[in-house]
Amino acid sequence: MKRFIEKIIQGMLTVSGFVTSIVILLIVLFLFTEGAGLFSKPKVEDGYEIVLNKKNDINTLSAEQIKDMFDDKITNWNEVGGKNQDIVLFRLNDITNYFAEEELGEQLEHVPAKISELISQHEEIIGFIPQEYIKNDFAGKRLDMGNIKFKDVFFGKEWIPTATPISFFGILPLITGTLWVSLVAILIALPFGVAAAIYLAEIANHKIRDILKPVIELLSGIPSVVYGFFGLIVIVPLVQNIFHLPVGETGLTGSIVLAIMALPTIITVSEDAMRNCPRSMREASLALGGSKWQTIFKIVIPYSASGITSAIVLGIGRAVGETMAVLMVTGNSAIIATGILQPLRTIPATIAAELGEAPDGGVHYQALFLLGIILFLITQIINSSVEYVSAKNKL
Amino acid sequence: MNQTKRKRRNQKLAFGIVSMLTYLIVLILILMLVFIIVRGIGVISWEFLSTAPTDGMTGGGILPAIIGTLYLIIGSAAFAFPIGIMSGIYMNEYAPKGKLVRLIRMMTNNLSGIPSIVFGLFGMALFVNKLGFGDSILAGSLTLGILSLPIVIRTTEEALKAIPDSFREGSYALGATKLQTIGKVTLPMALPNITTGLILSIGRVSGETAPILFTCAAYFLPQLPDSVLDQCMALPYHLYVLATSGTNLELQRPIAYGTALVLISIVLIVNIAATLIRKYFANKVKMN
Repeated sequence: MKRFIEKIIQGMLTVSGFVTSIVILLIVLFLFTEGAGLFSKPKVEDGYEIVLNKKNDINTLSAEQIKDMFDDKITNWNEVGGKNQDIVLFRLNDITNYFAEEELGEQLEHVPAKISELISQHEEIIGFIPQEYIKNDFAGKRLDMGNIKFKDVFFGKEWIPTATPISFFGILPLITGTLWVSLVAILIALPFGVAAAIYLAEIANHKIRDILKPVIELLSGIPSVVYGFFGLIVIVPLVQNIFHLPVGETGLTGSIVLAIMALPTIITVSEDAMRNCPRSMREASLALGGSKWQTIFKIVIPYSASGITSAIVLGIGRAVGETMAVLMVTGNSAIIATGILQPLRTIPATIAAELGEAPDGGVHYQALFLLGIILFLITQIINSSVEYVSAKNKL
Repeated sequence: MNQTKRKRRNQKLAFGIVSMLTYLIVLILILMLVFIIVRGIGVISWEFLSTAPTDGMTGGGILPAIIGTLYLIIGSAAFAFPIGIMSGIYMNEYAPKGKLVRLIRMMTNNLSGIPSIVFGLFGMALFVNKLGFGDSILAGSLTLGILSLPIVIRTTEEALKAIPDSFREGSYALGATKLQTIGKVTLPMALPNITTGLILSIGRVSGETAPILFTCAAYFLPQLPDSVLDQCMALPYHLYVLATSGTNLELQRPIAYGTALVLISIVLIVNIAATLIRKYFANKVKMN
C-alpha cells in the first residue's frame, strides 16, 4: 500500500516536472491557431464587397487605392488608369439619396434589385456593399480583392485596424516603434547598469553591497503600472519642457522609463559575469603592477564581455515585451517613427490597447494574436541565444 | 613616479564615475518612492481602504480593487504553488541528471522570458474563450499562476540544491524511502528559501496588469465579486485606469497616488518580509 502511494506521488511529481514545457506548447498552439487565421481572411471588411459598373475598364484596384478613394484623396478614375471621370462613392446608407423609401419596400426587400440597377446605371460608381444584398442577377462587376497576404502584414507600412472599407494590418510602424524604444532604452541603461555592476562586484565592500543589492531587487519588484504612472507625471512633462515639444508622450519618454526598468536585469547578469572572473587572473594583473582600475578595465571587463552582452540582450528582451509602462507614456501613434522624439507605438502596447475592442475571432483579433506570436518569437529567440552562449562559455 | 601618480588619478576618477552612476540609480529609486509616498500618504485613510469608489471614480476608496488583488493572489497561489513546488522537487530529486533536466530548465527559463502581455493573450484564448470561464477571477488567477510558475519552480529547485547530499544519505541509511526523505528531511530544510521565493512571486503577481487586462479586470464594480466566475477589480489595473482613461483627471489624481502607494507598499512589505525570512534562517543555520 505504502509503495503504491509512493508510486502515485512520484507520478504526480513527474507530470508537474513537465508543466512548463506543456504550458509553452499550449501557448504556441493557441497563439498560432488564433493568429494564423488572419491569412485566410479577405482584405475587404468581412461580409462586404467592392463593386464597379460593368463598363468600367478597371479590373483590379489595390487596397491603398480603394482606401484613398473612400477618403476622397483619389477623385478621378484617370488617377488609377481609368477614364477621365469623377469617382462616385456609394455606401449602403447613400441609397436614400437615390431612391425614395417606398421604392425600397417595407421590408427593404427591393434593396438588392435597386443596388444592382444603380450600379449598372452609373458608369463612374464604386460601391461598398454588404454581400447579403448582392444576388445572383447582380448587374455590376464584383472586384475580387483576395485575402490578406503575408507581405501586406510584414511589409505593410500602415496599421489602421478598424477602417472601412479596407483595414490595414502592416506591422512595420509597430516594429520600428518597438525597436526605437527598446534600443534607446538600452543605450541609456547600459552605462548605468555596467557601472553599478562594476561597483557591486569589484569596488563596494560587503556592507554597502548588502544594502545596494536589495535596493536593486526592489527596483525590479515595482509594478510596471507604477513606473508608467511615475513616467506619465514626472518624465512626460520633463521631456516636453527640455525638448520644447508639443506633447511629452514620445519614444524617448518610453525609453527612459524602460531604461530604469531594465536596469536590474543588466546589473544582476553583468555582476554575475564579473564575479566569475578567476582570482588568479586578477592577481596576475595586480602582480604586474596594474592598478585596481586597470585590472577591472583590462582584465575583468574583457573577461566578462560575453556576460555583459547577455545582459544587454536580456535587457532588450525585457524592454521589447514591456507593456503597461510603455502604453502609458509613448503616445501610441501608429506611424513609422523617424526619430525618438515622436509619439510612437510598440507591439505589446498595441495588443493591450486594442484587444479589448476587437471582436472575438474577427480580423482585428487575429491580427493582434499575430502580433503576440511575433512578440513571443522575438523573446524566445533572445532567451535561447543567451542560453546557448552562456552554455558554450561554461564548457 | 609620475606614472604611478597618473595611475592613481585615473583610478580615482574612474571609481568616482562608477560609484556616482551607481548612486544615481539609487537616487532615482528613492526619488520615485518619495514622490509617490509624499503625494499618496495624505490620501490614505481607513475610509480610503475600506470603501468602494464613488462618483464615477472621482471619490471614495479602493476596497474592491484591494479585495480583487487579494483574490487573484490567493487564486494564482493555489494553482502555482503546489504545481511549481512539485515540479521543482521533480527536477532536483527525481529527474535523471543531464539532458532532460537541462531541457526542462531551458523551458522554465523560456517561460519566464515571455512578455506578460503574451500571457494575457494566451489566458484569453484558452481560459476565457476555449474553456468558457469568461472574464473571471478564475481565468485571471490561472493566467497569473502560469506567469508565476517559473519563479516558484526555480526557487524550489535552488533551495533543494543547496541541501548537502549527506543529509539525504543519512536518511537513506536509516532506512527511509526516497519520498520519506524528501518529506521529512529535504523539504523542511529547504522551506525557508522556498518561502522567500513564494513571497516574492506574490509580489510579482500583485503588480501585474497586462495578463489580467483581458482575462479578469473590471473597469468599475460597485460590489464585491460573489464567485470565482465573476470579474473583479485589481489594484494595478485600477491605477492604470485612473491615470489614463478617467472622466476627470484632476479629481482622480489623488486617488491614483493613493492606489500607487498601496501597490508600492505591498511590494515593499513583500520584499522586506522575504529579506527578513532569509536573514532569520541564515542566522539560525549558522548557530547550529
